[in-house]
Amino acid sequence: MSAPKRPPLPAILLANDLLDGEVVFWTGSAWSPLPGDALVARDDEAAAQLEQAAQAGLAAQKVVDAYLVDVAVDAAGVATPRHYREKIKTEGPTTRRDLGKQAGLYNIAPAGN
Amino acid sequence: MPLLDRTGLRDDIWVRSEDGASGAEHVIVGFAYLDAALAGNGRGRKIGVAIANDVKASALEPYLEQVELISIAFPNYGDGRGFSIAKQLRALGFKGVLRAHGPLIADQFAYALDCGFDEIDLPDSVALRQPIEQWLAMAGTISHTYQRGYGAQNILDARRAARTTV
Amino acid sequence: MYRYDEFDARFVRERVAQFRAQVARRLDGSLTEDEFKPLRLKNGVYLQLHAYMLRIAVPYGTLSSRQLRQLALIGEKFDRGYGHFTTRTNMQFNWPRLRDVPEILDLLADVEMHCIQTSGNCIRNVTADHFAGIAANEVEDPRPTAELVRQWSSLHPEFDYLPRKFKIAVTGDARDRAVVKAHDIGLRILRSKDGEVGYEVMVGGGLGRTPMIAKTIRDFLPKKDLLAYLEAILRVYNLEGRRDNKYKARVKILVHEIGAEEFARQVEEEFAKLDGPSIAADAQEVARIAAYFAPPAYETLPARSLAFEAAKNENRAFATWASVNLFPHRVPGYAAATISLKAIGEAPGDITSDQMRAVADLAERYSFDEMRITHAQNVVLPYVKKDDLFAVWEGLVAAGLATANAGLITDIIACPGLDFCSLATARSIPIAQALAHRFGDEKRQLDIGELNIKISGCINACGHHHVGHIGILGLEKSGQESYQITLGGDATETAAIGERLGPGLAADDVPDAIERIVNVYLARRTSGETFIEAVRRLGLEPFKTAFQEKTHAAA
Ligand code: SF4
Repeated sequence: MSAPKRPPLPAILLANDLLDGEVVFWTGSAWSPLPGDALVARDDEAAAQLEQAAQAGLAAQKVVDAYLVDVAVDAAGVATPRHYREKIKTEGPTTRRDLGKQAGLYNIAPAGN
Repeated sequence: MPLLDRTGLRDDIWVRSEDGASGAEHVIVGFAYLDAALAGNGRGRKIGVAIANDVKASALEPYLEQVELISIAFPNYGDGRGFSIAKQLRALGFKGVLRAHGPLIADQFAYALDCGFDEIDLPDSVALRQPIEQWLAMAGTISHTYQRGYGAQNILDARRAARTTV
Repeated sequence: MYRYDEFDARFVRERVAQFRAQVARRLDGSLTEDEFKPLRLKNGVYLQLHAYMLRIAVPYGTLSSRQLRQLALIGEKFDRGYGHFTTRTNMQFNWPRLRDVPEILDLLADVEMHCIQTSGNCIRNVTADHFAGIAANEVEDPRPTAELVRQWSSLHPEFDYLPRKFKIAVTGDARDRAVVKAHDIGLRILRSKDGEVGYEVMVGGGLGRTPMIAKTIRDFLPKKDLLAYLEAILRVYNLEGRRDNKYKARVKILVHEIGAEEFARQVEEEFAKLDGPSIAADAQEVARIAAYFAPPAYETLPARSLAFEAAKNENRAFATWASVNLFPHRVPGYAAATISLKAIGEAPGDITSDQMRAVADLAERYSFDEMRITHAQNVVLPYVKKDDLFAVWEGLVAAGLATANAGLITDIIACPGLDFCSLATARSIPIAQALAHRFGDEKRQLDIGELNIKISGCINACGHHHVGHIGILGLEKSGQESYQITLGGDATETAAIGERLGPGLAADDVPDAIERIVNVYLARRTSGETFIEAVRRLGLEPFKTAFQEKTHAAA
């Protein structure tokens, strides 16, 4: 997989967990299944750190398909992907609101649970 | 470049020399230099030929008695043309050594053997991750397949044998 | 139906063990992701948007009650209590974890099922007419051929690393219900002038980015030559198919670029070199397989069932379902019943574990323990006594599966689209749902009659949109979902690719646009004329005009 181009900032890093498939977000120190845990990169330096985390996660056979996604950050600080594809990816199927993250269903338990 | 066959790792007695300039006893030349190498082979060297995987088996037909080894390139492991070329060369009656050359993976070893290859010339990048034990193990994971005419054990002939012994 | 012998059973178990080892080797770094991905795909494991997805082969769509119950169990234990039937008659689970897949494969092997070659650049699950053995005019049941091809194509040493995926479909009837002309190889069983049974061989069909209708390269192939001829086709394709561009790698492009005649010549040349008898399955093996597909123990019944007629008279809903969802059976007193997985507002092809069990129970009790999955994402009970139809229907009503819309406008084919699929450019299920609601009124649907809408969420065309009477393709246009509408596609023996009606539409505008198209038909049809017949007679223009009325105003 070639490294995807860096999207406009601010951006977050997401991937799928290798063993469980769950969409996970880089928190700055770990991978979390909760979108709200995602570290938001607002400048090139922070984005480069996300890219490094992506490489490290892939190399450690921890995650697959890791890439940066540009987000909109609202007044409360909640980051939402700008593109509809990534928004669906972080929430769950729009046709089944009872499934996926939006319903609190994860294939990996969030930390602290 | 490690060389392996169905028994394990082997020493490679062959030397690759595109234009045949090497003085080695066993030399693998490029297809473009094959005529010259055979013509100038007064000393009784053993000649092998390396081909890309877009060379037609029929183009090699005139040489099958004269070359001892044919090395077929696998540019990447997803490109399966080499399997068909090997199968065709065996069908044409080639009795020498068939070598697959390139980054195959252990999971393809059984297929390569079943299509008529004898050995794999593997780049270090793959060999480092997939030691010989993996190759030997993967070669035997499927004991019988369904196709007749590939490898030794197939289900159709096994069923036939089971019918006649009852 | 076919049952595994010791060899089949061992083969599948060995593949499970092999996959388990492959997962372990991925985790320990022996295999890179690039190396592992094709290996997992060849065993049906995708990485989708939210999770892994597991695609389970339902060879030629035939399934037993025991198998469906096992799928129900897997759905509950490892997924979210439901599964999804695809246009290639496979079942997909949308939420499994990779770590659980080997265990799921073991459970499948317990009931003679597997995921072998349900994806990847290899020969895929073989499909066949879902009314095999039932249709009156069938020359021969296509399933023994399909099973022979399934076995022959499994882990084929030479053809597991093809330029691209390769799909084979078989029909035994001149009436094509298996879309064989949209396959890499379509086989039609026919009888020669002297009464010998053999195959018409069609090659190079396919949908996707460059839709093509397959061309016949052999008018008549004797049955005994089948495997050798397939070997010849696959060898030519493996050697000559393009590998420089994944969008040009399907055999249809090769056939198109060198011409069907030249392709046929190369195949015949290779075929002539092969020693047929050393490749073919011997006659006893062919007979062994065929015996599994012998007709079930039908009772001798009158063609007319008084109980069935009485039930129709008494119950209007049942009468409607019976008039829409039944297919005539060659055996007097029996019918094949389509169970629609297209309840208004549900995702096409989805079925819950509870529903799977309900269907399995009905099949066991009333249909010789057998079901068929159709490419239209429905289930068929193939051998129901007319006397039992009312009981079957009551069972379906209780399970929420008695929707009377088989073949009608709300019997929509839709791929999972962007709600699940990582390749998608737009969603498909919400479009199907909106259209089902728009046209869901029973009277209205019946009045419109036979009309196939097919929806794909990207150019890969898993939803067969090209061959829908009305096709809908979801794309992305300037960061928004946009839907292209085509008209005049046909998935049968008169296969045709639909033509675009105009610019793409926003999701919200799709139902109105489809309604305008349907209204042209309703206004201009002659007595008894179906939608597709009217489109053929009238041509595209009147529909295009109606379609574009609003689109122009909006643009
Ligand atoms: S057509 Fe596209 S979106 Fe739909 S299932 Fe196929 S690949 Fe996915």
